Amino acid sequence: MNGNPFLDALVWLGDPSRWSGPAGVPVRTLEHLGYTALGVLIAALIAVPVGLYVGHTGRFKGLTVAVAGAARALPTLGLVTLFALLVGIGLTAPMLSFVILAIPSLLAGAYSAVESVDPATVDAARAQGMTERQILARVEIPLGLPLLIGGVRGATMQVVATAMLAAYVGSGGLGRFIFQGLGSQNYPQMIAGSLLVIVLALVLDLSLLLLQRLTAPRGTAA
Amino acid sequence: MTWILANLGVIAEYTGAHLLQSLPPILVALLLSLPLAKLCNARGWLRTGVTTASGLMYAIPSLPLFVLLPGLIGTGVRSPLNIIIALSLYGLALMVPTASDAFRSVNRDVLGAATAQGYAPGARFLQVELPLAGPVLLAGVRVVAVSTISLVTVGGVLGVPSLGMLFVDGLRRGIVAEIAAGIIATAALALLTDALLVLLGRAVMPWTRRQEGRRP
Repeated sequence: MNGNPFLDALVWLGDPSRWSGPAGVPVRTLEHLGYTALGVLIAALIAVPVGLYVGHTGRFKGLTVAVAGAARALPTLGLVTLFALLVGIGLTAPMLSFVILAIPSLLAGAYSAVESVDPATVDAARAQGMTERQILARVEIPLGLPLLIGGVRGATMQVVATAMLAAYVGSGGLGRFIFQGLGSQNYPQMIAGSLLVIVLALVLDLSLLLLQRLTAPRGTAA
Repeated sequence: MTWILANLGVIAEYTGAHLLQSLPPILVALLLSLPLAKLCNARGWLRTGVTTASGLMYAIPSLPLFVLLPGLIGTGVRSPLNIIIALSLYGLALMVPTASDAFRSVNRDVLGAATAQGYAPGARFLQVELPLAGPVLLAGVRVVAVSTISLVTVGGVLGVPSLGMLFVDGLRRGIVAEIAAGIIATAALALLTDALLVLLGRAVMPWTRRQEGRRP
């Protein structure tokens, strides 16, 4: 392991023993995906209804923009370590951080999705006798869906990156390979872990981008 | 609170290291994005390529990039240079498309009028195009500044000194106040830099002051 660290990382990745067992690449990848999906899902259950409400009624708009903006200044590592001390080692602490970090993107996505719809279209729906709930469900959400999914995409990228820090406070995920490598001064393993996270992040990003394109209603530019 | 008061020296030292890692990327992103954006706007295919590359760059999480750079450029894993280069790349990924939009938003007729009045290309850029693109550029730099200052802390897990060390050390020693101090110091540094950028923007672009109230 004295040659090029990238070649050594490929050797590490090519070793079949890395691809099986409870500490293998597939299990760690699934853990990482699971953390990301759960974090984004919980955050969406909180943020999307609030964002849709704000977008539809126009109430608390200034507050929502301020909250989403201020949250960007919060250091992710700080939240993860703080909750680890307060809640204890395990998955609850990182999950709390994931939810908090995913909320701003989802909130902004949901509210800008509704707001992006032409007011004349909404008025036309209202004139046709649609109730406010019908307007939201049948007009505003379908037309704003690409922006809403854009919010999900932003939140997912944020959580997939932060999910590495779960391993830093005792949980699993692909971060394990990086922190184990750091502890044992195994740089090729750190590279291998990093490459795995980057591939996962790019695959998720491009899939959600594709979904964003596919959900664009015909006749609108998304 | 007692921990914070007893360790003000440590916090100040980490704040200094933090600034040394966050200011260069912000400056690099701003200064390099201007010529790159001009170049992109002159060549359509380059603009498409850069937009795609920026999107992909932004999707790469910071910690893996901090880990990969030493192997690519020969620095040590704990070198602050890795953080500076990685964050400059993120800054550029955000600033180049922003600057490209900013320059495209400048009215062509205004530039034509400036040329007709006898502005040489360089002077026209500095005295007409750049000031008119200023507000959008400022908005981009503000986003870059806040996210850069927040991301520097991630280097702490690799042992690169910054305010992020307060999280690493606080976790290891079980001191909640130390972590809280780190979060507050990082957020304060980010918001303070943002406020300074706004003031700087008002100073160099006095004509934007009246519109401030309408900007979100």
